[in-house]
Amino acid sequence: MNKKFTSVGVKTKRVDAKAKVTGAAQYVDDIQFPGTLYAKVFRSTEPHAEIVSIDLEKAKKLPGVKAVICGKDFPYHTGLYHVDQYMFAMEKVRYVGEPVAAVAATSLEIAEKALKLIKVKYKKLKANYDPIKGMKKDAPLIHPDLHKYFSVPSINPKPHSNIPNHFKIRKGDPAKAFKKAHKIIENRFKVPQIQHVPLETHGAIAKTDLSGKITVWSSCQSPFTVRYLLAHCFKKQLKDFRIIAPFVGGGFGCKAGVNIEPITVALSMKCLGKPVKLILTREEEMYTIVVRQACHIRIKSGVDKNGKIIAQENEYIWDCGAYAGYGVNIVRAAGYSICGAYNIPNIKGDSIGVYTNRPVGSAFRGFGMSEIHWAIEQQMDMIAIEMGIDAVEFRKLNTLKPGSTTATCQVVTKHTGNMIACIEETAKNIGWGKKKKAGKNNYRAVGIALAQKAPAMPNNATSAAVVKLNEFGGAEVLFSGMEIGQGVMTAMGQIAAETLGISMDKVNVVGLPDTDYSPYEWQTVASRITFSCGNAVKNAAQDAIDQVKKIAAKVFECKAKDIVVQDGIIKYGKKTLPLEQVCMGYQYEDGHTIGGAIIGRGHFTAKDCINCDPKTGYSPKPVANWTYGAQAVDVEVNGETGELTIHNVSCTYDIGKVINPQGADGQAYGGIVQGMGAGIMEALVVDEKTGNVMNPSFVDYKVPTIKDMPLSMTSSFIETQQLDGPYGARGVGEHTMIPTPAAIANAVYYATGVRIQELPVTAEKVLKGLEELGKNK
Amino acid sequence: MKTITFTINGEKETRDVSESKTLLNFIREDLHLTGTKEGCGEGECGACTIILNGKAVHSCMMLAVEIDGCDVETVEVMSKDGNLDILQEKFIEHNAVQCGFCTPGMLMSARALLLSNPNPTVDEIKTALEGNICRCTGYKQIIEAVSDAAKGGKYE
Repeated sequence: MNKKFTSVGVKTKRVDAKAKVTGAAQYVDDIQFPGTLYAKVFRSTEPHAEIVSIDLEKAKKLPGVKAVICGKDFPYHTGLYHVDQYMFAMEKVRYVGEPVAAVAATSLEIAEKALKLIKVKYKKLKANYDPIKGMKKDAPLIHPDLHKYFSVPSINPKPHSNIPNHFKIRKGDPAKAFKKAHKIIENRFKVPQIQHVPLETHGAIAKTDLSGKITVWSSCQSPFTVRYLLAHCFKKQLKDFRIIAPFVGGGFGCKAGVNIEPITVALSMKCLGKPVKLILTREEEMYTIVVRQACHIRIKSGVDKNGKIIAQENEYIWDCGAYAGYGVNIVRAAGYSICGAYNIPNIKGDSIGVYTNRPVGSAFRGFGMSEIHWAIEQQMDMIAIEMGIDAVEFRKLNTLKPGSTTATCQVVTKHTGNMIACIEETAKNIGWGKKKKAGKNNYRAVGIALAQKAPAMPNNATSAAVVKLNEFGGAEVLFSGMEIGQGVMTAMGQIAAETLGISMDKVNVVGLPDTDYSPYEWQTVASRITFSCGNAVKNAAQDAIDQVKKIAAKVFECKAKDIVVQDGIIKYGKKTLPLEQVCMGYQYEDGHTIGGAIIGRGHFTAKDCINCDPKTGYSPKPVANWTYGAQAVDVEVNGETGELTIHNVSCTYDIGKVINPQGADGQAYGGIVQGMGAGIMEALVVDEKTGNVMNPSFVDYKVPTIKDMPLSMTSSFIETQQLDGPYGARGVGEHTMIPTPAAIANAVYYATGVRIQELPVTAEKVLKGLEELGKNK
Repeated sequence: MKTITFTINGEKETRDVSESKTLLNFIREDLHLTGTKEGCGEGECGACTIILNGKAVHSCMMLAVEIDGCDVETVEVMSKDGNLDILQEKFIEHNAVQCGFCTPGMLMSARALLLSNPNPTVDEIKTALEGNICRCTGYKQIIEAVSDAAKGGKYE
């Protein structure tokens, strides 16, 4: 631990920032090819209906239209964990906005005109928007063929139901433990669907050339997974596809897996040699692209006389929306994380996904954790209050510590992370226990919430990297962790520079993947890239430097292990050699040369992760690692209007080695504000008469602006080394937004006595609560 | 089609343009200045912000023909001779950039502010940038960057 780092852990300017502040950074819509065709998608106007007929003929005849296609032209399925969706709706539509047909034309105006000429006849079916109703035995089936769908082994669909996944935790003997409990506290909570709202909407360009090779430029988080799913979907070889990923204008999960790429590719197959561009409008982004799942939550906790939780029932009923190809894995993640960061010996946990006729649920920053922590972290406060224990002390008593077991019976060690330190640091920074001064007629208090999250990825998810040394003693670093704003390019550059013993300015971070040339990466999701891709880059750099040392050992006539490389200089005792004299092979004075161009390769796959037992959820290691954190929020409530002012947010995360302190702070602040949006502003509203999303614009769907942000934010990090992390690092990208909503709700309660159990905590709900308590001014 | 003459990033240009083309599409498709982004096309997110006769405007809400005789600046003006503008430098230094999609619009709004008010308060910065949505940074570093760039009150 005494090693002095030169790049890792050093505040480092983003390597992609110059391109982004000058306008040089290219996003998919900035790529302009001559002869481009423009695509538009014809979408279902029905939430649940049989398709009786589709008439494309008039649209096809419109001058300038080059292709009009629908499901019968491409009757193919897509889905990552659970293959339940056709590229275009076939016999049925299941939500308003579902793709039914698509057009490519010489201009956007013509494509839009063509859409109006497409006629689809539907036979309406009864729609259901309520997952609780959808679970009932006699509920009409949204997917009657559920039993025929392919799912990966960790997913457990219930045949002939609306349930694509049910994850169970059965730990200890909760029934017996509840009987012994001093108090039993049971509460219900609700989370609505929300939108990711990346500033850049989804976009893709596909070109099928005359030889049949298909190139796709896509705003995506995971180019290799896009390639894999496209090859599956179109029943082709991987070599038939080349995916090029330019900069991504925000992802937050909605650009994971595959999205609009199959439609764009299908159109391009009908317009050989022409690039086909599909860029979604903001309205389409809001109602047709995936959203965060809604959730209905019940938690029943049994506590002993000392305030220790001895038993718990956690029930999460997820509204997956119309399809659950990705959502089923959120159900699983919520399952193995079922009671949050707490040490509870007896648990009955059920995480159940249910199909409805709402927009499709999918990955969203936090991957289920934001949703369940909304409930868990309020429940913890409600128990603490009932027991008369301070909320911070209650958490310290019950949280996971070395020796505790998680819901799946994984044993926590001192290396897992230090939640106690996170809680104490956060409480100190927010001034826990100190009275905050409120304005006249207002109420003010601090609330706290914890977070834990693990990367929810398949156990064989792998990362690869290549480090090519160059003639100047620098390096090209190739990897396919996607730069979606989180700063992966900078972090990978730092790791490479540190391992190679060269300065950051000699590193060429080649961060925008091209599947024909870049090393493999599964997906940029799950806060796994610093950890997994970081390890791959470190291994590749180490491989390169080992090759350097091997050559230098011959030159120095010493052992390779006695050589060090620092600041671009190869050193053995007092002998030195500039790195650039070895990168392309070393030439002796007489001209003969040893070695040659050095290319390091590295990969990483997390070790020993085991799928959970389908009956009990048991797994000694269900995931690669855990990141713990705590967040406290100082909130003032306007006694007349119910409006909230967020004075201060303080957070602490144990992320192991901080690779780029500036980047980690950026993740903290950005996560807090996105969490605040989910906490007090955001909800996608679906009209249950028509299935229409009622707020598909920035006018009606408010996200935090610069005027809404907290007046102050502070972040700190605890560095409990992740033993298998690159330089001891683990992820933080998602965790920063997980506790915010519950911390706000807890603060509102301490300030006013109003408890809001359904997100978001709007002024309207708070005011109503104040009125009920007679506390409005 | 209509012929318009305007100054773009300091250079005079004359172009033919369709009367129905938005200024944003004209900038991106005809002038090939793709630094200016479309985030919503409805004047709500600020990604398309440019400077028109010294004022920050949403280019998606205007028609190209409206710039006839006007002075137009896009983000590309800021680093004209390969040297970064102080605002750009401070955005990098303070880590005010993440995905970067809002950044050009954010810089344009900040530039328009500093050109008219070289010593803004934090509240004035917030008011000037209120129409620019950023989903990544949490805004904190953006305010710090603009405040730092304004130090000394000599922005030009």
